[in-house]
Amino acid sequence: MGAVFALITVVAFVLVVYLGVGVAGLHFLFGVIIPYVAFFTFLIGMIYRVIEWARSPVPFRIVTTCGQQKSLSWVKRNPLESPYNNFEVALRMFLEVVFFRSLFRNLKAEIKGRNLIYGSYKWLWLFAILFHYSFFIILLRHFRFFAYPVPKVIDGLNQLDAFLHIGLPHFYITDALILAGLTFLFVRRLADPKLRYISLASDYLPLFMIYGLVISGILMRHFFKVDVVGVKELTMSLVHFSPKVPQGIGTIFFIHLFFISALMAYFPFSKLVHMLGVFLSPTRNLANNSRAKRHINPWNQPAKFKTYCEWQEIFYEQLVESGQPIDEDCPQVKERKKAEGAE
Amino acid sequence: MYDTGKILAFIGAFVVFVSTPFWSNFGKAAFEPHPKLPTQYKECVESKEFMRADHMKLLRLWRYDVVRKEQRIYVNSKGETYPISLQNECMRCHTSKKEFCDQCHNYVAAHPYCWNCHISPEERKGWASKESLKKVSTEEASSELPASHH
Ligand code: HEC
Ligand code: HEC
Ligand code: HEM
Repeated sequence: MGAVFALITVVAFVLVVYLGVGVAGLHFLFGVIIPYVAFFTFLIGMIYRVIEWARSPVPFRIVTTCGQQKSLSWVKRNPLESPYNNFEVALRMFLEVVFFRSLFRNLKAEIKGRNLIYGSYKWLWLFAILFHYSFFIILLRHFRFFAYPVPKVIDGLNQLDAFLHIGLPHFYITDALILAGLTFLFVRRLADPKLRYISLASDYLPLFMIYGLVISGILMRHFFKVDVVGVKELTMSLVHFSPKVPQGIGTIFFIHLFFISALMAYFPFSKLVHMLGVFLSPTRNLANNSRAKRHINPWNQPAKFKTYCEWQEIFYEQLVESGQPIDEDCPQVKERKKAEGAE
Repeated sequence: MYDTGKILAFIGAFVVFVSTPFWSNFGKAAFEPHPKLPTQYKECVESKEFMRADHMKLLRLWRYDVVRKEQRIYVNSKGETYPISLQNECMRCHTSKKEFCDQCHNYVAAHPYCWNCHISPEERKGWASKESLKKVSTEEASSELPASHH
């Protein structure tokens, strides 16, 4: 059901742009206003999410660990699985963000006969890496539409990615890789009944939107060609805040642009916020030092209580009269003794 | 907010990264390419709109027709015929690579490798003059050409 809903949404996107640009000619709306609104929704929404996270107290160290924590000097410890200081946390975080380390441990559970069997399952990790890195490289490559002159690094990245020299314009390797990644991530949800059961429209929609973005991009580069110089005049006018839409850019470009706009606007409200959320996960970004340091709960109210000494002071006379032992170490008792001695 | 310092640094880094297209262009004059169109001809091989978007696919078709099919005549959508040649046909009307092709290609960082083998009108002008030979044959000059292999 979720997949169907997401599919209808994405098809509706294409139709909206087709009618809006192709038929009604609303180039300025789809070429300028929607992208700007989407970009600032993305920027402000993401900042808002980070501030919301930072406002939530995390009084205790809730790190997920899977190794021996720092203990006595002769106990062998594991700094990556149970980081003790911020340096070790940073190291662990780096491996997590750059290499998806915890996903590499992903297992597959299956019932075979009467046994529940766990097995190694690296495919998810592999395709997730392919997908994310391809996306990132495509993003960087696209910077050639937002800079003049195009920086050497970006230009080099484009040429490297196209070095197979297949077709004209050259086919990019990352285009195939991101499609492979997306397809795996999608088919995985459909193929496994358990996963299908827990997958919602909000799991399929980001996938389909990125599918739409990538497919429209590939169509535009290789099949329904657009005037790329016109496109760059548009993007450069956007970044100069003097927007103008050149005549004669194909509708397929506006479909591509609408997909990225929709994705940006949707980002802060969807599971895609994990882009920043991974850095603010308290199960990942804290040092496991609860035993060495006291972490005080920030919302503790100052408690009203009396120490034994204060209590003893109030009932001092009665206690002495009834022959109870007096705690001589209390400062109040020492005060009394001093005052008596002085008299 | 907790860890205010770290959070602000984090948000700052995020904003700087995401807004790169804006700040990196700040204060730079907008540039628009102006390829110099032929004056003595009115029409290209196909319509102008088609040429702007699809000329690389047309050139690819031309290459295919000549190299694979030995077909040296192109019939355009209006039924007019053109001899197939980049060097002698395209450049017959577009008499400068630098003022025409390169104008756009530099703008979008496209690097057609046609000119590794084909000779541009500029090159042909100084053909066999001492300077041009020196220029083409130095290693430095050839290392600037994009890699090619059809
Ligand atoms: C008969 C002369 C002639 C030939 C041959 C020719 N062109 Fe053109 N080309 C023109 C003219 C004239 C224009 C401008 C058309 C107009 O303004 O409508 C033009 C326009 C173009 C444009 C669009 C430029 C712009 O600024 O919009 C491109 C790209 C182009 N030609 C590439 C080529 C290529 C590639 C070839 C070889 C396959 C070629 N031309 C062959 C005369 C020619
Ligand atoms: C109106 C601007 C314009 C003019 C004029 C122009 N081109 Fe292009 N050319 C482009 C654009 C834009 C691309 C595609 C860039 C992209 O998709 O990365 C391109 C790509 C190409 C490619 C494919 C290379 C690649 O790596 O994608 C070839 C080949 C090519 N042009 C040949 C020519 C030749 C030859 C001329 C001169 C006769 C010419 N072009 C004039 C804009 C132009
Ligand atoms: C992160 C978001 C984006 C993704 C994942 C994406 C994806 C793609 C893909 C896969 C292609 C095919 C060719 C290639 O790989 O370069 C493509 C092409 C293209 N994209 Fe995007 N895109 C994104 C954002 C944008 C934006 C914001 C713009 C401009 C406003 C844009 C404009 C274009 C253009 C003009 C092409 C055609 C390039 C050519 O013909 O050489 N894209 N895109």
